[in-house]
Amino acid sequence: MSERMDLDIRWPIGLLFAAMGASLAIFGAFFTSSQKVWRLWMDLDLWWGVAMLVFGLFMIWGATRTSRHR
Amino acid sequence: MHLSWIDYLIIALYCAFVLGVGFKLKKSMKTSLDFFLSGRKIPAWITGLAFISANLGALEVMGMAASGAEYGMLTCHFYWVGAIPAMLFVGLAMMPFYYGSRARSVPEYLRLRFDEKTRGLNAITFAVMTVLASGINLYAMALLFKLILGWSIHATILLSAIVVLVYTFLGGLTSSIYNEVLQFFLIVFGILPLAVLSVVEAGGWHGMAARLPSGFMNMWSNLGHGAANPMGVDWFQIVAGLGFVLSFGYWCTDFLVVQRALAAQDMNAAQRTPLIAAIPKMFIPFLVIIPGMAAWAILPHSSFMVAGKMDYNMALPLLLSRYYPAGMLGVGITALLASFMSGMAGNVTAFNTVWTYDIYNSYIKPGQSDEHYLWMGKVATVGGVLISILAAYVALQFGNIMDYLQLIFSFVNAPLFATFLLGMFWKRTTANGAFWGLLAGSAAAGLHYFATMHKWISYRSVMAGNFDRAIFAWTTCFVLTVVITLFTKPRPESELHGLVYSLTEKPTYKHLSLMKRPATLAVVVIVICVALDWVFR
Repeated sequence: MSERMDLDIRWPIGLLFAAMGASLAIFGAFFTSSQKVWRLWMDLDLWWGVAMLVFGLFMIWGATRTSRHR
Repeated sequence: MHLSWIDYLIIALYCAFVLGVGFKLKKSMKTSLDFFLSGRKIPAWITGLAFISANLGALEVMGMAASGAEYGMLTCHFYWVGAIPAMLFVGLAMMPFYYGSRARSVPEYLRLRFDEKTRGLNAITFAVMTVLASGINLYAMALLFKLILGWSIHATILLSAIVVLVYTFLGGLTSSIYNEVLQFFLIVFGILPLAVLSVVEAGGWHGMAARLPSGFMNMWSNLGHGAANPMGVDWFQIVAGLGFVLSFGYWCTDFLVVQRALAAQDMNAAQRTPLIAAIPKMFIPFLVIIPGMAAWAILPHSSFMVAGKMDYNMALPLLLSRYYPAGMLGVGITALLASFMSGMAGNVTAFNTVWTYDIYNSYIKPGQSDEHYLWMGKVATVGGVLISILAAYVALQFGNIMDYLQLIFSFVNAPLFATFLLGMFWKRTTANGAFWGLLAGSAAAGLHYFATMHKWISYRSVMAGNFDRAIFAWTTCFVLTVVITLFTKPRPESELHGLVYSLTEKPTYKHLSLMKRPATLAVVVIVICVALDWVFR
C-alpha cells in the first residue's frame, strides 16, 4: 500500500496513540481513585487509555508488517 | 476547567510528535512538487482522511455541536445534503479534469481552461481569504482557551503559530496532511466518550426527544415552510441553496480541500479521495451534533450564558468539563488543539501553493529554477504564518471586521461553482463569459446582501438569507456566463483536451476488482446517505 511513502504515517499515529494511551491507562490505574466521576460506571481514564493503546499498537503492527514485506 | 499534570503531558506528547513528523519529513522535500503537492505519492486512505479533516476544524466541531443545541437534527443537512452529494460529484465527475490536467492548483486549472485574468481573480481572492481564515482560526483558538482554561491569549497565539510554522516549513503539504490524519483520530478518540455519555445521560434518543422542543428530532418533516422549524428555512433553500450552490461551491472548487486529492498517488486514488472522505463525514453528526442536542437537553440553559448572552458554542466545552476527569480532559483538549492547529496548517499550505504557483510564478518572477520556487514556498509559509498572527490580533481588536471579511469572500465563492460547471461540461464556454459571469455573480451576492441589510428583502433567519443569496449569485453567474459565451468566440477544441468533459478520455477501471472502483464506493456512500436521511426524516 504505502510503498512509495517516505514515512509510513502509521508509525507516528501508532506511537502517539500508544504513548498517550499508556500514560492515560497508568494514570487511571494508579492516580485517579479519588477523581472518579460519579456518572461513569467505569474508570474512563483506564479503559479509554487501554483502547487508545490497543489502537496505537494495531497501527504499529500494520506499519512493521508493511516494512517487513518491502 | 482546570488541567492537571497528566493533561499537560498529553498535550506535550502531541506537540512533540507533530514537530517530530516535520523533522522526519524534512529530507523528503527536494522539489517544489514534494513541498506543495507531496510529490503526488500519498495513498487514497490518507488523502481521504486529510480531505475530511481539512474541513473538520475546531470551529466546525464546536459550531456543529452549537448548531445541534440550537436547531437539533436540522443541522444534519450540512452533512447528508450539504456535503455528501458534492463530495461524490467532485470525486466522480470533476477529479478527472483536476488531476488529469496535471494542474497544480484550482486557479491553475482556471488558467488552462479559460485565461490569465480568471486565474488571477481566483488566485488573489483565495490567497487573501485563506490567510485571513488562518488568522480567524488562531484568534478563535486563543479566545476559547482563554475562556475555558484561562490561558494567556498571547502565549496561545504565539506558541501554536510556532508549532504550525515549524512543521509546515519542514514538511510542506505532507506534514500538513499527516497532521490532519492524526487530528482525525484524535477527534474521534477525544469526543466519542463524550458523545456516548451525554446521550446515555439524556435517556437515549427517546429521552432526548421528550426533553427537547418539538421539531428538534426531524430533518425533513418540518421543512414545508420556514415558519415550521427553528432554522427558519424551507426545503427548497436547503436543497438548492445549501445542498447545491454552497456545498458544491465549497467541496468542488475550494483549493484547501481539492489540494488533498491532488496529492494522491494516481487518478484512481485522487477520485477515491473525496469518496473515502464521505464515509466518516456521514457519521460525524453522531459525534458532534447529537451530543450538542444532548447538552441542550440535560444542562441548565443558564450554563450556556457567556457575558450575559446565550452562547451555544459552549455546548462542547460544557460537556468536556461535565464528564472528563483529569487525563481524559487532556485528550479532549488535545483534540481541539490539534484541530485548530491543523486547520491553520491547512490554510497556510494552501496559501503558500497558490501564492508561489499562481501569483509569484505568474506575475512576479516567472521562469526561475525549481529550487527558487521551493525557497519561495518556504518564505511564503513564514509569511503566511506571520500574516495569520497579525490577522488574529486585528480580530482581537475589531472582532466584527473578520465577520465582514468572511461575508465579502462568501460573495466570491457562491457563484464560482457555476463557472466550473460550465467550464468543465460545456466546451463552448469562453474566457470572457467565465470572468464577467463570475464578477457579476459576486456583485449580485453583494447587492442581495445590501438589500437584506436595508430590509428591502426580509427573511425568517440569517441562514435563510444566506441560502437565498447563494442561489441568486449562482444563477446570475450561470445565466450571464451563458449569454456572454454565446456572443464571444470559443477556443478551438484542440486546446481543450483533458479540460472539458466531452473532450477528455474517461478513466476506466475495468481491470480493477469491483471493490477498488470509485463508482462502487460512490454507490455504497449513496445508499448509506439516503438511509440516514430516511431514518431521521
